[in-house]
Parts: sequence; C-alpha cells; structure tokens
Amino acid sequence: MPAPSTHKPLLQVRGVTLQYKTREHLVTATYRVDFEVYRADRFVMLGPSGCGKSTLLKAVGGYMEPTEGEMRLNDEVIRKPGADRMMVFQEFDQLLPWKTVRENVMFALTSSGRLKGKAAEDKAMQYIEKVNLTKFADSFPHMLSGGMKQRVAIARGMAMEPEILLMDEPFAALDALTRRKMQEELLQLWNDTRFTVLFVTHSIPEAVLLGNRILLLSPHPGQVKAELNSDGTDRTLSDGKVLSEHIQDMLFADAIEEESTHG
Amino acid sequence: MAEAAATTIERPEFVRPVETKAYGVVQKPLTAWEKIYDSGTARKTFLLVVMAVAWELYARWLASPLLFPTFGATVKAFWDAIADGVLPHRAWFSIKVLLQGYAIGLVLAALLTAFATATRIGADLLETLTSMFNPLPSIALLPLALIWFGLGNGSLIFVLIHSVLWSVALNTHTGFKAVSQTLRMVGRNYGLTGPRYIVKILMPAAFPSILTGLKIGWAFAWRTLIAAELVFGVSSGSGGLGWYIYENKNQLEIPAVFAGLFTVIIIGLVVENLIFRRIEMRTIRRWGMQT
Repeated sequence: MPAPSTHKPLLQVRGVTLQYKTREHLVTATYRVDFEVYRADRFVMLGPSGCGKSTLLKAVGGYMEPTEGEMRLNDEVIRKPGADRMMVFQEFDQLLPWKTVRENVMFALTSSGRLKGKAAEDKAMQYIEKVNLTKFADSFPHMLSGGMKQRVAIARGMAMEPEILLMDEPFAALDALTRRKMQEELLQLWNDTRFTVLFVTHSIPEAVLLGNRILLLSPHPGQVKAELNSDGTDRTLSDGKVLSEHIQDMLFADAIEEESTHG
Repeated sequence: MAEAAATTIERPEFVRPVETKAYGVVQKPLTAWEKIYDSGTARKTFLLVVMAVAWELYARWLASPLLFPTFGATVKAFWDAIADGVLPHRAWFSIKVLLQGYAIGLVLAALLTAFATATRIGADLLETLTSMFNPLPSIALLPLALIWFGLGNGSLIFVLIHSVLWSVALNTHTGFKAVSQTLRMVGRNYGLTGPRYIVKILMPAAFPSILTGLKIGWAFAWRTLIAAELVFGVSSGSGGLGWYIYENKNQLEIPAVFAGLFTVIIIGLVVENLIFRRIEMRTIRRWGMQT
C-alpha cells in the first residue's frame, strides 16, 4: 500500500467547528476536528450520541457551514450540497414516495444532469441489479421492507458515482439479521467498485467490520480522540486486547470522565 | 427462595421439522355478500337508495307538493328539464363560469405560494392575507363586485377567485412546510433549486394537502357561484343554475326548484367521486401516502 503522503487526500477537514442554534441554546456540535479521507477509503466516524458525527457528515454534505475551519473536496471548498457527495440517510423516508424504485434511481441521475433517457435507465438498472432488487424495479417505496428501501438508497447513491458516498447510520433502524446482511453486501459492493465512503455509526462492531480507518470522536462537543486502522477482523492488538475492546475502553474512559465532571 | 432462583430446570433442546405442505385453508374465496359489501360503490348506492325511499315516503305522508314534492315528481321535473334542454344549458353556463374562476384562482394561488416558499416576507404576506380573507365569505364581496365589474360574469369570477384562492394557497403552503427534512435534503443533494425544486420535490411531497386544498376550493367555489346566481344571474338573457332555481321559485314550480338543487348535488357527487377520487387513486394512494 502506498504511503498516504505520496497521495493527495480526497477530502480534507481542517479545524472544523460546527455550531447550530436551538430555540434556547447555541450548541457546539464539534470542536476543531481534523481528518483526511483518501480515495477508496472506508472511513468510519465512530462515537457515542452527542459527539457531532452526524452533524459533521451533514457539513461535508454541504447542508451547514462550519463556524471555523474548512472542508475541501478535491481541493475545492465545500459550500453547498451537490451530487458529487451523495447522502444515504438513516430514515426510510428518503426515497421519493411518488416514484418507483427504478424512477427513484433514475431521477437522481436525470435531475442532476448526469445522464438522460435510456442511458439513465440503463445505469439505474445496473445498480438496482447490484443490490439485488431487479424484481422490485417497478414497485413503489411503500411496498418495500426497511432493508430493501435502504438498498434502493444505496443503489441511488452509487449510481451517481459520486466522489464520496456519505452514509448516516444507514443500517441503524434495521433488525439485527438484516443489518448483518446489509453490512456484508456493502463490503461486497465495495470489493466490486472500490468507491469512497464516509460512514457514520455508533456501533463499535459495525465500525470494526466495515471500516479500514476509524475516527473516534469524544462527545460534548465532538473532538478527535483517535484514528485507528481496521482490517475488518477485529484483530488482536499488541496489549492482547482485540480492537473492539480497545475502542470500547477508550469510549468508556470518556463516559467515566463525564460522570465525574457532571456528578 | 434463593435456592429456587439458583437452580434452573433442565430441559432438552429440540429441533422440529417444519410442515411444508398441507397447511389446511390459507385462502378462502369471499362470499357474494362479502364481495358486495366490500365495494364502496355498492355501499354508497345502497345509502342513496335508502335516502330516496325515505324522501318519497315522507313527501307522500306530508302530501303537500307545493312545500315538498315527492322524489318521483322531482325526478320527472328533472327529466323534463333535461329533455327540453333548459337544465343542461343552465348547468353548462354555471360550470363554464366556475371553471374560469377556479383556474384563475389556482394560478394566483400558485404564484402566491411560490413567493411564500421563496422568501420569508412572502410567507408572512401569505399568512396575513389568508388569515384576513379566508374567513370572509365570498358572497359578502358581491355588492362591491357588482359596483366594480357590473352585472355579469366579471363579478361572478371575482367572487369565485376569492373563494378558491385562500383555501388552496393556505393548504399548499401548509403542505410545503410539512415536507420531511430528509426529502428536502435528498432534493438539494441532486442540486435541485428554485422552481425545479418546488415542482419536482415539494409539490409531489405535499400533494395530499394540495389535493385537500383543491377539493375545499372546489366546494367553496361551487357554493359561492350558486349563491351569487341567486342574487343575480341574468346577463344577456341567460343565467346559471342558481338563477334557474330562483326563477322557478318565483313561478311556484317547486318540483323544478328541487330539480335544480338535484343538479347541483349531482354535479358535486360526480366531481368528487369521478374526478377527485381518480386523482387520489392515481397519486397519493398509489404512492402509499394515504390508505
């Protein structure tokens, strides 16, 4: 594997502080976060709830601007949402209910001006086949199960062939069995096409299984705690502990600090 | 107590073969009665028949054709008026005016809502205007309309626009505001902005409440029109259904009055059950937005 220094990162996040307003407070979601994502990375942002990982992903998506720092994709500063960063959300309602599976995938391609007519349809069907939904191409979203909807959303994201695929806990609302299957399918898809994905999760096993690089964030506000490598097998570290235990200990250390400062 | 909790009862594990055939009855055909009862058309037809019979019986018992003609007499007057072409002509006159007013009202509502979606001051304008004018009965504007536009279609269309515009604009605006954040983000992710974003994302996503607005607007318009025609309906020698009702009342042709009302009701039923129901079936029901 070539050293990262000889390659330019695809996504650079430098000193990003994100704040949003609620009715009563100004909430700081992340504080001066730095990280870099390289091409074909399966980059996982892991942390407990409240560490600002979803907010960070939304900012990369272009839905909010950092109050401090900047984010660059291919050296261009991210300012607004765009089709070069396709989002896959956790919610099942991300598919347009008035379009069939095929039309949902096609619409992304046509409305962003990537492809037209037959070409869009062929590309859409190619990716619908990749997620094994060819039989359901003409079904409407409300006729599909939760797992199938997420597969359509992934097909839609991948069909756009974006620079980076942004996934916001896409499997969190699924049952354990389906989640397991979807994780394997995602890895399979990655083996086929080697897309770049930035994946947000709060599940340690999911992060260890899916990521090749794991960014660990601490909560309130989110700050970078560590960046770890994973080969998907939950490898044993030099101190005899497996990776997931090591991560768990680091996250628990946070929780205990929280307890003592708050209590 | 502690001992009982500590010891668990040993049980053997088991694996059972699953029955793959011979489930017994899984599907059973419905009986003829169940099928009839399942059809909305059949249930509604039955209700209509019951009401017609009740009308007939009450009118016969009352035996006062001048106050309350029988169902039979009304149907006869209805057929006669259709046969000599008076009623279709009057109904068409009303519908033509109605469609003009409705169409102009929809265009204005679309413009107003687009402005309200695009800017915050637009939203304030829409909210203020609807809260001012939505409760104002259209018919109350008729005297003013008569002064401004004179006796004629102009005045009718003016009050019709007033009755359509606010309910459609208000419902559409409310619908837009209720579109889920996820769908909005999906639309922006594709790079959709401005009118394309409104037409391709907001309008379909808000279609259930837009359709409600269209229905309410239609009903308001229809009511307003008949009421306005009762006040004045003659323009260049012809008039609409409201005027037909008023005329026949003056001549004490009570069955014809009922026939006029009957026509208003039938047109309402047709529009609701044929037009709006079809739109509903093909859109929001098909998309699973309404059950």
